[in-house]
Amino acid sequence: MSLLELKNISKIYGELKALDNVSINVEKGEWLAIMGPSGSGKSTMMNIIGCMDKPSLGEVLLDGVDISKESAKNLTTIRRDKIGLIFQQFHLVNYLTAVENVMVAQYYHSLPDEKEAMEALARVGLSERAKHLPSQLSGGEQQRVCVARALINHPEVVLADEPTGNLDEANENIVLDLFRQLHREGTTLIVVTHDPEVAEAAQRTIVLDHGRVAREVINENFAD
Amino acid sequence: MSKRKMFFRMITASLIRRRSRMLVAMLAIVVGAAILSGLVTIYYDVPRQMGAQFRSYGANMLFMAGQGQSSFTMEDVDKGLSHIDSGNLVGVAPYRYESVLINEKPTIAAGTDMAGAKSTSPYWFVSGEWPDESGEVLIGKKVASTFKLVAGSEMSVRYILEASGDEVEDATMDFTVTGVLDTGGAEEEYIFISLSDMEALTRKENAIDLAELSVSASQAELESYVKDIGDHVPEITPRLVKRVTQSETTVLSKLQALVLLVTVIVLALTMICVSTTMMAVVSERRREIGLRKALGASDGSIIAEFMGEGLLLGGVGGLLGSGLGFVFAQGISVNVFNSSISFQPLLVPVTVIVSILVTGLACLQPVRSATDVDPALVLKGE
Ligand SMILES: Nc1ncnc2c1ncn2[C@@H]1O[C@H](COP(=O)(O)OP(=O)(O)O)[C@@H](O)[C@H]1O
Ligand SMILES: [Mg+2]
Repeated sequence: MSLLELKNISKIYGELKALDNVSINVEKGEWLAIMGPSGSGKSTMMNIIGCMDKPSLGEVLLDGVDISKESAKNLTTIRRDKIGLIFQQFHLVNYLTAVENVMVAQYYHSLPDEKEAMEALARVGLSERAKHLPSQLSGGEQQRVCVARALINHPEVVLADEPTGNLDEANENIVLDLFRQLHREGTTLIVVTHDPEVAEAAQRTIVLDHGRVAREVINENFAD
Repeated sequence: MSKRKMFFRMITASLIRRRSRMLVAMLAIVVGAAILSGLVTIYYDVPRQMGAQFRSYGANMLFMAGQGQSSFTMEDVDKGLSHIDSGNLVGVAPYRYESVLINEKPTIAAGTDMAGAKSTSPYWFVSGEWPDESGEVLIGKKVASTFKLVAGSEMSVRYILEASGDEVEDATMDFTVTGVLDTGGAEEEYIFISLSDMEALTRKENAIDLAELSVSASQAELESYVKDIGDHVPEITPRLVKRVTQSETTVLSKLQALVLLVTVIVLALTMICVSTTMMAVVSERRREIGLRKALGASDGSIIAEFMGEGLLLGGVGGLLGSGLGFVFAQGISVNVFNSSISFQPLLVPVTVIVSILVTGLACLQPVRSATDVDPALVLKGE
């Protein structure tokens, strides 16, 4: 059984089909990239996988559970327990320090544990900056805090929407290296990106166009 | 770390590190709480103090001339007083009223015992000094303005002893003004001299028109005194008066109604200000709310966090406000009522609780709107 199965899902806004009969399987531990022009439905798909939205048609099985039929309340619980999110705009709470931002995710999930949060920051190389506010961190550092936050609760799937969209080359490489490390540890990764370089780091790329799967590319050169 | 500890860490961080926005709401709460606690202090404390003064010292009994007589003597007064337990007598002020001429203008002069008048009319406000020697006079405010007199001025008082046709026999005495009397009543049109000066001026001794007494006793005791004196001292007609206490009560109840009204208005304004600020705070923090939801926050935790911030703000604001309110009430009390007030410790928790309630009420709508935020917005490229 795949970890995630999208079965003929569509998302319809009035006349517009943001997603049009899409079917995708993602295996446990897989690293998948999703590409496509702006407006092709990438974020819509991430919202559905991330339990923040429901498809108009079709089924979404996450760990065997059909999340397309769950109530908003249950979706919150599933998202909290199984999904780690990384955003293009980082979305750190601006009045909390780096370590506190990581602890917020623990707080909603189970219990805040400062020591564990510090270890997660150490993993992304930010031990020294743990007590800094987001405004005192560079973009790359902020995104690394996001990565630490996404990982802190050991999610089944990490979803990243344009994680390197606001980063320079050097920071993009730091984040990609973190992803490689996660992949080696068995984390399932789904990364939306515009950047072919980021997509090439993944095992497989799905290209969306006008809400449909236009192409699927297996990365022959994937290096662990 | 416990969840509760993290909860407080988050909401205090939000208040402390996002100062500028919260300061506005905080200021509204502090001002509201200060006015609330200040006015409540005045509401309770000043009437209590003024009432106590009126009740224990103000004139509450009069001696008037007995049936068929126009005046009475000091000996009659003493006879009357002998029926009142001496421990209950706070003060007595005999008065004799005569019409005199000041600059040829008829004015009422009262001869009295200044110390007695002071004790039976404690609410008289004298700018300057009370007279304490022969030749000194206390003048009413209206008299002072009519004749352009101030403390220290010299004045002549003329009294017509007898007038028949063109023949006028009169007497004149010179006085030094020691003070100007402000009572808000008819006394402002009078001048006050000592009984002995009055006797010298009018050449008539020991004739008293009225005596004001301040007796500290229950209503029942007062009534029995009046009955005793009426039965045993025919030269005197004793009467109980409620004039001062009654007008005191009406003034105070009007004052209290005003205070209540102002308090309600101030609380309503505070609530509007806090509500508007919280509304702005929620819309400013939509992304953060979306993020928290995306991280798995339930509507309940979003409500708890925003309410927690609001209530903490209300509590701290209420605490600061109750302190400030005391200072404010003390200032008013000293400047307006001439009495200082005692700090009421109970008012602190009351103010804090009211502030928390008002803030909580003000936050209801903003917090509800916070739960409407869609977590999906964090993935929108806004
Ligand atoms: N809430 C919505 N209501 C209506 N249309 C929407 C909504 N969300 C997205 N869309 C539309 O769906 C299409 C796909 O959007 P999106 O998934 O955000 O694309 P991408 O992330 O690939 O740029 C776009 O045309 C967008 O305008
Ligand atoms: Mg998008």
